[in-house]
Amino acid sequence: MSHLAILPFLLPIISGLLLMLPPLQNSIQRQRIFSVASGVVLVIASAWLLAVTAEQGTQLYALGNWQAPYGIVLVVDPLASLLLLLTSILCLAVLMYACAGEDQTGMYYHTLILLLVAGVNGAFMTGDLFNLFVCFEILLIASYALLIHGGGKQKTQASLHYVILNLVGSSIFLFALGMLYATLGTLNIADMARRLHQLPSDDLILVQAAGMMLLIVFGLKSAMLPLHFWLARTYSSASAPVAAMFAIMTKVGIYSIFRVHTVIFGEHAGELANMAQSWLWPIALLTLALGSIGALASANLRLLTANMVIVSVGTLLIGAALGRADASAAAFYYLLHTTLVSAAMFLIADLVARQRGKAGDRFVAARCMRQRDLLGGLYFIAAIAMVGMPPLSGFIGKALLLQAAQTFAEMVWIWPVLLIASLFGIIALSRAGTTLFWRVSGQCNGEGDKAASIQILAIVLLLACSPLLTLFAGPITDYARQAADVLHDPALSVDALLPSLSLGAE
Amino acid sequence: MEALYAFCVGILTTCGVFLVLRSRTFPVVVGLTLLSYAVNLFLFSSGRLAINSAAVIGANPTYSDPLPQALVLTAIVIGFAMTAFVVILAMRGRGDLGNDHVDGRIPEYSSLSDKEKP
Repeated sequence: MSHLAILPFLLPIISGLLLMLPPLQNSIQRQRIFSVASGVVLVIASAWLLAVTAEQGTQLYALGNWQAPYGIVLVVDPLASLLLLLTSILCLAVLMYACAGEDQTGMYYHTLILLLVAGVNGAFMTGDLFNLFVCFEILLIASYALLIHGGGKQKTQASLHYVILNLVGSSIFLFALGMLYATLGTLNIADMARRLHQLPSDDLILVQAAGMMLLIVFGLKSAMLPLHFWLARTYSSASAPVAAMFAIMTKVGIYSIFRVHTVIFGEHAGELANMAQSWLWPIALLTLALGSIGALASANLRLLTANMVIVSVGTLLIGAALGRADASAAAFYYLLHTTLVSAAMFLIADLVARQRGKAGDRFVAARCMRQRDLLGGLYFIAAIAMVGMPPLSGFIGKALLLQAAQTFAEMVWIWPVLLIASLFGIIALSRAGTTLFWRVSGQCNGEGDKAASIQILAIVLLLACSPLLTLFAGPITDYARQAADVLHDPALSVDALLPSLSLGAE
Repeated sequence: MEALYAFCVGILTTCGVFLVLRSRTFPVVVGLTLLSYAVNLFLFSSGRLAINSAAVIGANPTYSDPLPQALVLTAIVIGFAMTAFVVILAMRGRGDLGNDHVDGRIPEYSSLSDKEKP
């Protein structure tokens, strides 16, 4: 058995712990070199894992060699491998950006980022619902510490809400898990999907309730409509690298919706088939609408970006609501794009705020920025990608989603909402850009700090992925399609993951 | 036994939810603790309730499901860590914001005493 599959989970934990030990712990310089190096190793490991998965199909890693469904398994299917690579790239960029001084606002910055990444990677890989909970808690406790990192009134206030909401979410998650275990007798996701068919009809309602409770929990993580109020304030008060890292956390919720409500409660679930879809429809469209209204009403760039994250959540939920393989594939492509671009936008917002003095990133006239042309250029690229205009990757993602709507009713609902939301995005982002970069009071005489080159490099790394996603759109959409097919095909997402059971049946 | 057990879990959950909806951080923290107690008991019961059956094969004619016990143990550890964190955060909030309201400020139309109003 190859141990490659567990590396994306183990590497960040081990390097995060090593960072707290003496030779590294007392020198910020060594910490920076070590953490960026481990970020690079993580990217290499994830890319390797992606290549292996693309070649050999789903990788199954049984911890302690206890076979599923009795042991705990890590499942690296095409979707998971794609998201692991995404997380690693984001982690590398965030670690690089933090090296410019953000990591000195408090202790253990790099360690916390790496632990957060371990939690996210674990959540993407686990084939066991209880381990999904454990990974959620790992990433959440790291995120609590990161959110409050550096201190300040605003951060305390935002993290109080965030922590309490997520603790309530964790309780609901555990209630749902208890109900699922009591009725289905297993926690392995694939095994749950299998046992759902043998369920006595009395227990159906319990399983349904548990499934809807899971939807609430994942909705809270992914900030879908009635549960999204925490997001804007939390993301806009977090420090820039943390906010960029948080861009992946809403996607963990979206991923869990795709995983649980497609594999367990998908179209093959008998009486409970597609039970979340009828709820996801209005929620997705309303999230999209409310997010774009929020974007129009935002008073500063970080808030605007946070609202654009909500818009992207709505867009991804449309993919989940359609519940077909082609829609899921479109959503996966869009997910890759939107995570990287919104992370880059959070980082740009931070640089803009630093160079505008007192005005920060609020949309008011202020002094001229030192590196106006550079930042303006980066903002321009990020904004084009974010609203989904050609030639960058947002356009392809949205076009794929629009294409995925096939029946007349689907088109009538999706097309206007998605396109008008994009229009709102264009208006909000262009208004923001003109104010930030062109409404200047006084002369441009080069006051203020210059951005460190490693910060610019981190942003360029994130933004460069957008044209790359466009250039290699063919292979990437093929792979996303393959990931969606695996997810929607019970032979691949259920039976293939339970080799010991299928052997027994023969 | 089942009825009593279910009643206890229900009472704990009700009190937990009520307290979580309060406006001060201390009741909210206590509410979260009660909720996690309720959750732990609930998880424990997901392996069915049985008397005189340890999770050891051969010790008794019947044995109980060991998995929920492992799950509860994990959930207790995580819940304890999270409670510790939220207590510290609440104290920090009290220090940073000058009051213990969850929003960080006492609203104007509030049932709280006049002394504490800004």
